[in-house]
Amino acid sequence: MMGHVTLLDFLSSGQPVPGHRPFPRFRLDLRAWRAMVAQMAMAEWSVMAMWGEPDEVHVALRDDDSGEVAVASHPCPEFWFPSLSRARPAAIRLERAIHDLWGLAPMGLEDRRPWLDHGRWPSRLPLASNPKPAAEVPHAYDFLKAEGDGLHQIPVGPVHAGVIEPGHFRFHCQGEAVVRLEERLGYVHKGISGLLSGRPLDQALRVAGRVSGDATVAHALAFSRAVEAAVGCEPPPRALWLRALMAELERVANHVFDIGAVCNDAAFAIMLSHMGVLRETVLRANHAMFGHRLLMDRVEPGGVAADLTGDGAETLRHLLPHFRRDFERAFLIYENTPSLSDRTLGTGVVATSLVHRFAAGGFVGRASGRGHDSRKAPGQVPYDQMDLAVPVYTDGDVNARLMVRFDEVRESLRLLGLILLEMPDGAVRRPLPRVAGEGMAMVESFRGEVLSWVRMAEDGHVLRAHAHDPSWFQWPLLEAAIEGNIVADFPLCNKSFNCSYSGHDL
Amino acid sequence: MIPPIGKILFRHLIKGPHTLRDAPPADPDGVDELARALAERTRNRLGRSLAIREIDAGSCNGCELEIHAVNGPVYDLERFGIRFVASPRHADVLLVTGPVSRNMAEALRRTVEATPQPRWVVAMGECALDGGCFKGSYAVMGGVHEVVPVDLHIPGCPPSPRQILAGLLALLDTASAR
Repeated sequence: MMGHVTLLDFLSSGQPVPGHRPFPRFRLDLRAWRAMVAQMAMAEWSVMAMWGEPDEVHVALRDDDSGEVAVASHPCPEFWFPSLSRARPAAIRLERAIHDLWGLAPMGLEDRRPWLDHGRWPSRLPLASNPKPAAEVPHAYDFLKAEGDGLHQIPVGPVHAGVIEPGHFRFHCQGEAVVRLEERLGYVHKGISGLLSGRPLDQALRVAGRVSGDATVAHALAFSRAVEAAVGCEPPPRALWLRALMAELERVANHVFDIGAVCNDAAFAIMLSHMGVLRETVLRANHAMFGHRLLMDRVEPGGVAADLTGDGAETLRHLLPHFRRDFERAFLIYENTPSLSDRTLGTGVVATSLVHRFAAGGFVGRASGRGHDSRKAPGQVPYDQMDLAVPVYTDGDVNARLMVRFDEVRESLRLLGLILLEMPDGAVRRPLPRVAGEGMAMVESFRGEVLSWVRMAEDGHVLRAHAHDPSWFQWPLLEAAIEGNIVADFPLCNKSFNCSYSGHDL
Repeated sequence: MIPPIGKILFRHLIKGPHTLRDAPPADPDGVDELARALAERTRNRLGRSLAIREIDAGSCNGCELEIHAVNGPVYDLERFGIRFVASPRHADVLLVTGPVSRNMAEALRRTVEATPQPRWVVAMGECALDGGCFKGSYAVMGGVHEVVPVDLHIPGCPPSPRQILAGLLALLDTASAR
């Protein structure tokens, strides 16, 4: 039966690329790549990330039935490849970005508008082997049309009214109701794929930790684990536990602030204040324990940059019960304020089928019935020893996305307590061997699954690297979530998604 | 039954707010000292009102997180009459973060132009100074000064709330000297 071919079975018809760890990579010729695209129409394979090189395109896939993960690569000597977009709409923007950056053309992709390239770079196809001269004038962007009686447009951004990142939203509205929202992103494109290539490891790590500042631990951790996989280094056990500690602190700090911010966008400001105070206690504890409020540059390949002292552990031990108590008080407020529930319940619904089709993770996925969490699958130390609970709701509305966050904060607080209790003693760093290799790693950020891929040179330089933020698969769903809602509920929906502009634009 | 929100409001009435206040001068955080000095000078110069418009010109969003913290109840910038506004047309100060991505350069320029004089531009964070770790990329201008004149730079990656307060203080010094 064709439908029951597992991912690895299928890809093994290609040529295995040696030295890619821990997941295999296969090089597929044109025929095999086309067959893969055809197979994807039937198989339960999720696209995890897709990126390019000057002469090759890569896609990381997960078989949702068997849990297998692998990378498929297709050499593009003529700078084109058959598009995955028909089988996986989540690939559309990724392929447009691949074309903008590396000049590899996705054949069969209907939407040929540039995505990250706004026609303002000093050259077109900046990462291709032969970049093209700069565009003469910045590109105009053809927004999809919606026509009808009384329809009007509302352009918003790139500079928004609040303290948030830049992006453009084009609303087509009928009265108050949104008929269609279309996003235009790429404003914060910083050329991160280029900056990660041919760099000394420490410089690349610094950039990797700034793909998205709010998920700095997750991105630095994914990068570090990919490097460790590439060179074959296993950090000491204490380092793994410390990394989990930092990752959970980051999750808690971001989730509580998101909860506050969503409520604030429903004009319920006291929640933002309450959560702001809670967030600040975590950031101060971070500073006291590890010397940085957001924990930037604390995770590095081989281990962690800062150990937790006895005093630091005491700080956290003292913080947890207070935090938990105040957090539950806030939850009661949320539960018992009908005017707030009136805004969050039934607003911005994302269908379960869409979430699966886009393989969206994090609170967006879990609020609509897709419970994937890379802490559980493929799993990692120390989460495999802690019986992690992953909350899943099926309503798919703003309220469900908040409830996922409430549950995850509780779970993270439990994990933090456990980590403090059970963390082993010992070294926190191990020197990296100087060998060449390729590695890939996934880390669950507060927002969803972060993926990092690297190719290391023998002299310790990073030859090429790619960072994938979960926002890629969540931004398109926001367009679906807002449909039929009123314009005034857009901030609420947007905040409940809290996609990263920086992580997406790279 | 007293609703949960009533309990919280009551507790705040009894215990007072979370906002930092009256810490001894030796307070390692130093926030209070700064805050007091800032309040005095703002009053002299701008009559208790300074409006800031924040522009993200390609930051990683770390700076934005700390700006939120300064705005929050703990640091509570607004008690000094300094507040963040929604439009550049209402602003005295433009607080710019990020290395200025090329895709944002035009938007930044136009936002500055939309701000009435007198205005000050503050570049915030390491990458707003010279591009920071994004320096040399094809996609960034390499600092706010490459696009618009900068009056002050607040260091840090990202600057802590204390550094942000210190930076605004320095700005008011500069502004008074003009």
